[in-house]
Amino acid sequence: MATHKHRAMHDLGGVEPTASQAIDRTEHELTQFDKSVDALVGLMAHPSRRIIRVDELRRAIESLQPVQYHGLSYYEKWLQAAHDLLLEKDILGEEEVMLRCAAIREAEEKSS
Amino acid sequence: MAEYHHHDHVHLDHAPISDHGHEPRAEYRVLERAVRELLIEKGVVTAEDWRRQIELMDSRNPSMGARVIARAWVDPAFKQRLLADAKKAADELGIDTANAPRVMALENTPTRHHLVTCTLCSCYPKAILGIPPAWYKSEAYRARAVKDPRGVLKEFGTELPDNVEVRVMDSTADLRYLVVPLRPAGTDGMTEEQLADLVTRDSMIGVTAARNPTSVS
Amino acid sequence: MTARFAPGDPVRVREDWPEAKAKVHIRTPHFLRGARGTIETVLGAYPNPEDLAFSRPAAAKPLYQVRFAQRALFPEGKGAASDTLIADLYEHWLEPVHG
Repeated sequence: MATHKHRAMHDLGGVEPTASQAIDRTEHELTQFDKSVDALVGLMAHPSRRIIRVDELRRAIESLQPVQYHGLSYYEKWLQAAHDLLLEKDILGEEEVMLRCAAIREAEEKSS
Repeated sequence: MAEYHHHDHVHLDHAPISDHGHEPRAEYRVLERAVRELLIEKGVVTAEDWRRQIELMDSRNPSMGARVIARAWVDPAFKQRLLADAKKAADELGIDTANAPRVMALENTPTRHHLVTCTLCSCYPKAILGIPPAWYKSEAYRARAVKDPRGVLKEFGTELPDNVEVRVMDSTADLRYLVVPLRPAGTDGMTEEQLADLVTRDSMIGVTAARNPTSVS
Repeated sequence: MTARFAPGDPVRVREDWPEAKAKVHIRTPHFLRGARGTIETVLGAYPNPEDLAFSRPAAAKPLYQVRFAQRALFPEGKGAASDTLIADLYEHWLEPVHG
C-alpha cells in the first residue's frame, strides 16, 4: 500500500525514507527532565485524577507542528503536549505560565 | 502557540531525535519547572506524589519481565495463566500492574517469532518492562518494523529461516504486548534465577532471542 | 456489546481518510486502510479512543486483532511468504468481505 497523501505525520508505519534508515541503538539513561515529565503526565493520567487521558496526550502530540514532532526529544514533546492540554482545560493559564517561566529564568540569571 | 516558547525559532541543528536521554533545550527545562511548580501550588499534584512517581518509575525495569518469563519456562501451569492474562500472572510475582493497560503475552515457537512495535506512538508494557529504550520510540524503528521486519531483526543480530513466520505486532489500541522468547537449548539444569539472566529486554520486545547459556559467564 | 465478527472471518479495513476532513485522532494505521485481513482474536469492547482523545463521551467498541499477510501490505519488502502482521482495530473500521 503506497503512502497516502492524507497520512498524518505520526502515522509512520512503512513510511519512506524513514523505513530505510538504520536504527540508532544507542542506550540512553533518562535525564531528570525526562523522569519529571514522565512522572507529571503519569500522575495526571492516573485513574484517581484523570486530568489528562493518554488518548488526549496522543492527540495533543499529533497536533504539534511537524518541526516539533520530528525535532523535539520524546519528553519535550510530552511536555509541550501536556502543557497545551492544561491550557485547553483551563487548569493552567497562558499568562501565569509565561510569568513563571520569566521568573525562573530571571532567578537563574541572578544566581549564575 | 504561546509566544514564550519561541517555536518559530526552534533551530534543529542535528538530525531529528525522537529519543530521551539528552538534556532538554533551555526553554523546555524552564517550562518543566514552571508547569510542575504551578501544578503543585494549585494542589493538582503534590511534591510527594511527584517524588513517589519517579521512584516507582525507577523501580520498574526489564528484570521484572525476565522473572515472569523464567517462571513461565519452568512452570507450564503458570505459562498458561500468563498467556491467558499477563497482568494477573505478573501480579502473582508481586509486580504491580493495577493501573496499567491490558498486557497480552505472545509465545514464540520454533515456527513463529513475534516482533512488537507501535507505528502510531510508543505503546509498550511499561508496568512489566519499565520505560522503553530510545530506539523503540525512534521514527526509524516505528517505520521499519512493519515494512522490513527481517531487516530490523538482522540489524539486532537475529536471523531466522524463512520457515519461521515473523509476526509483527503493531500495538495500535488497548493492548500492550510482551514476547515470551523460546527457552534456549542447554538450559535443562538451570535454576529459575539463572534462567531469568538469559531473558533480555530485547528478547521480550522480540528483536532478539533469549541469550544462549554459553554466552553468560 | 455483541461483536459482529468472529475469529477466521475475512474483513477489509475501511478505506477512509477522516484526517483529510477534520482534526481527528485515529488508531487505524494508514498502511492498513483498504487492506484485507482475517480476524485473529475478539478482544472485547473498549471505549472509542477517537472520542476519548477529545474528552467526548466514548461508547465501547468491539476491538479485534486482525491478521494481515505482511507481503500483501508491503510487496516491495523482504518478508517471507508466511510472515504476518497483526494490528488491533475497532469494529467501525472493519467491513465484511463476501466470497
